[in-house]
Amino acid sequence: MEKIFGRSKGLTDVPFSFCPGCTHGIIMRLIAEVLEELDIIEDTIGVSPVGCAGFSQDFFSCDFVGAAHGRAQAVGTGIKRSLPDKIVFTYQGDGDIAAIGTQHAIHTAARGEKITSIMVNNAIFGMTGGQMAPTTLEGMKTSTSPYGRNIGTNGYPIDLPKLVANLEGAVYVASVSVDSPKNINQAKKAIKKAFQVQQAGLGFAFVSVLSTCPTNWGLTPSDSMKWLRENMMPVYELGELKVAEEVKSL
Amino acid sequence: MSDGKGGFVMPKVNVLDKFCKSCELCIEVCPKKILAVGDKANAKGYFTIVCTDEEKCIGCKICATVCPDVAIEIYK
Repeated sequence: MEKIFGRSKGLTDVPFSFCPGCTHGIIMRLIAEVLEELDIIEDTIGVSPVGCAGFSQDFFSCDFVGAAHGRAQAVGTGIKRSLPDKIVFTYQGDGDIAAIGTQHAIHTAARGEKITSIMVNNAIFGMTGGQMAPTTLEGMKTSTSPYGRNIGTNGYPIDLPKLVANLEGAVYVASVSVDSPKNINQAKKAIKKAFQVQQAGLGFAFVSVLSTCPTNWGLTPSDSMKWLRENMMPVYELGELKVAEEVKSL
Repeated sequence: MSDGKGGFVMPKVNVLDKFCKSCELCIEVCPKKILAVGDKANAKGYFTIVCTDEEKCIGCKICATVCPDVAIEIYK
């Protein structure tokens, strides 16, 4: 008998520390498989942020650097500029990259840094107890917006991939989801493309992944997937939001 | 499914108890409905997923695709 599906070499043998049903694990698997398929595990340096995504260094078998809150892309910029032959990626949650790290998200793209950033968007601050994030949907209840996010006082949710796609230095921007087997496979294609863009040295590549937080949403893993489909997908447009001319020929 | 030696190999799903957290996402997507919560707990206390009818497995890998803990292996 032949193994046709198993744990990727890009992952360590450490069980994920995430809550049951948390889609962080799916996204980490996809990245690990892409690193293995492109044969770049040994040449990759990941940068982990603060939040649930901050555990990533325990789970990937490539090298990792831990950054201060929101600064993963700044640290990634430094690594890539000093070691241009290495593949550098950041793995950040929305509470990190779209809140305290917004300036880096914008300026890394504007400078066209040749790194890859993966954003995990579950519309909430997961690790700290489910507080309202910049990506929280209108009317969505969180521990700091118990009556639902009020646009009048809290403003509108930020659609970061759309924002980044407007900048010249970002050559590949995609928004994907991991709610269904079909979307998971599409997410993998987008992540792979984002790493290939970096291998070719074309510019900044950004992939936003719609994700769940069953614990802080107060839903079962299965209901979380349904909630994501019904509520997040209409707000955060899916698809390849920007594919620069030079990326199309990859 | 031929094994190239004239015999047939049935696909097999293997749940790695160490990783499974019994989130039940695989149970929902299995087209043959042969995955269920088992009656044995792993070291962390999760009642891990078991395959109730191995003969029915078609090796479609959908359960492994949605598993957030990469706890499923498929053999064919």
